[in-house]
Amino acid sequence: MTQPSANCPNCGAKVTFRWSASVQTVCEYCKSILIRTDLNLEKVGQVADLPPNSSPIQVGTEGVYGSHAFVAIGRIIYEYDQGNWNEWHLMMNNGTSGWLSDAQDEYVVTFAAPGRKLPKECRVGQQYAWDKETYVVATITKAHYRGVEGELPFQYWNKVDVVFVDLMTQAGKFATIDYSDEDPALYLGESVQFDSLKLKNLRTFEGWS
Amino acid sequence: MSDQGPVPAGTPQLKSLNCPNCGATLTLRTFGQAVTVVCAGCHSILDAQDPRLKILQTFQVATGEDRPLIPLGTRGTIRGTKYEAIGFQRRSIRVDGIPYSWHEYVLFNPYQGFRYLTEYDGHWNDTSPLRSLPSLGRVGNTLTYLGETYQHFQTANATTSFVLGEFPWQVRVGESVEVSDYVSPPRVISSEKTGNEVTWSMGEYIAGRDLWKAFQLAGDAPAPIGVFENQPSPLRANVRTTWTMVTVFLTLLVALAVAVYSTARDEPVFEDSYSYNTNVRGEASFVTDMFELKGHTSDVVLTTSADVDNNWIYLNYALINEDTGHAYDFGREVSYYHGHDADGSWSEGGQKDSVTLPSVAPGHYYLRIEPESDPHHGNISYRVALRRDVPQIGFFWLGGLLLLIPALLISWRSMNFEHLRWAESDYGGAPSASFLGAVESAVSSVKDSMDGGDE
Repeated sequence: MTQPSANCPNCGAKVTFRWSASVQTVCEYCKSILIRTDLNLEKVGQVADLPPNSSPIQVGTEGVYGSHAFVAIGRIIYEYDQGNWNEWHLMMNNGTSGWLSDAQDEYVVTFAAPGRKLPKECRVGQQYAWDKETYVVATITKAHYRGVEGELPFQYWNKVDVVFVDLMTQAGKFATIDYSDEDPALYLGESVQFDSLKLKNLRTFEGWS
Repeated sequence: MSDQGPVPAGTPQLKSLNCPNCGATLTLRTFGQAVTVVCAGCHSILDAQDPRLKILQTFQVATGEDRPLIPLGTRGTIRGTKYEAIGFQRRSIRVDGIPYSWHEYVLFNPYQGFRYLTEYDGHWNDTSPLRSLPSLGRVGNTLTYLGETYQHFQTANATTSFVLGEFPWQVRVGESVEVSDYVSPPRVISSEKTGNEVTWSMGEYIAGRDLWKAFQLAGDAPAPIGVFENQPSPLRANVRTTWTMVTVFLTLLVALAVAVYSTARDEPVFEDSYSYNTNVRGEASFVTDMFELKGHTSDVVLTTSADVDNNWIYLNYALINEDTGHAYDFGREVSYYHGHDADGSWSEGGQKDSVTLPSVAPGHYYLRIEPESDPHHGNISYRVALRRDVPQIGFFWLGGLLLLIPALLISWRSMNFEHLRWAESDYGGAPSASFLGAVESAVSSVKDSMDGGDE
């Protein structure tokens, strides 16, 4: 499969897209945030230095979720009062995109679930039902957008404070409502064991091999 | 990965920094995952996310420093994954004014994340966060998780009183959270409530010696004191196996009893009526006609019925084998008294007596009978009947009882263990469900053996 490529409008380096549906990417050299337009790439911003982060996952990490292989092609980093976490953008081998959240090595896989009715705001303990599952609001996190890397399925670069609502079920299902846009976005999925993802091409850590 | 350009993420390195308060060297072992780190030199709690390690809190060690039994930096393998001990805290609760403290160890693996060990009086638990929500029971003091019911054990405010090393959360000395424990040995589900957010974790009881082996620690693990909330009862397994075996043997016993009943002939061999005149003095003994005990060696039941009424008769019997001259000598008394007194009517004894001679060889026999009674009470009529090969139920009852004694004993000891466990709870005693635990497991092992299960 040929991957679409173009040159960075800022530094001229070659920018290759792994996923044809990616809307945004970051130049690996000059860290310019680039948006795909019909013809070309447009620079919309610049990623400041990312905070030190020790997710074992990196752009290029491959794994398996359910019956689908995936590769991590980008991420969003958030900061909150308990450190930072990553939302890794996964390109699934069926052409869809998913998310692998890694917060202090707690792993959750979710997929965008548009079209459900979402609350404007919620409180801890409230219950919502989507797809015949009852979700209970477990945590409400006020986070700072901290940076992006690689390819994303949407434009995401000029955020400041964002609110996330995490919900759980009694059957291990997991939901996140992302309030960073005017219209909240729902992601549904489940918490997963590290080993079950059969991850390859992970980072290595000094003293751990 | 791209074949050109820089690798997006390098290999995270261990970091050594100096404490901004006392200058001591601090090693950060979690590659930036920790939120707070505590200086071992001056006990300053520092912001591990801040490159300059801003001081968040300094605390005085009031009750002496606690030394972690698993030194920070030690690595050990738990359930196949290598973890490093990176943080240590002491938490305390007060129950009826008495402080109780336990220790918590934070373990870290850069891929698998954080895991915890807790220790109280030599009892250890291996603890991880829950990945789904437990459901509260309808009664309110139980909860259900993955089909298992947990009994509420204790709710208390746990206050952090000593910290060391790194923590993946904002740790502060003096901060408290409401901790509730629900037990289903060997597991415990704990909730920690801060504000209106609740976090759930599950602990599983683990023997100290297993941790000493996993972390290759010197010496022996401290011996556990008392019975811990989710300590598995060492008797529980025994209770189950004992009851399973008892069930098997009782089944065999019943089968044997049925077999004996269905094959025993219960055959009448002799019956006759006599009269004893107590007014006549002198030799009263006589011999009966001869009769034959056929077939195999079997028991013989001799029944004496006498029309005694506020009177007694004593009969000296001898069952004599005509062929060999061998005699079975025995005496039986039939007495029956009754009357009225201040408490109403009473009676004692009866007009019938039976005795079993356990094994009598076949052959030709006769009885020699010598009656005795108080003189001058007129005639006493009595009847003597002999049956052979009579099924004996008594042995089976006795056998059953002997089987039940050890099973009941072990169940009682198991209940005692549960009593010690629940004595430490908010309830001071076992919930009824737990007292019934022994019975419950007995019933389920009976069910298992019926189903042919082999637990």
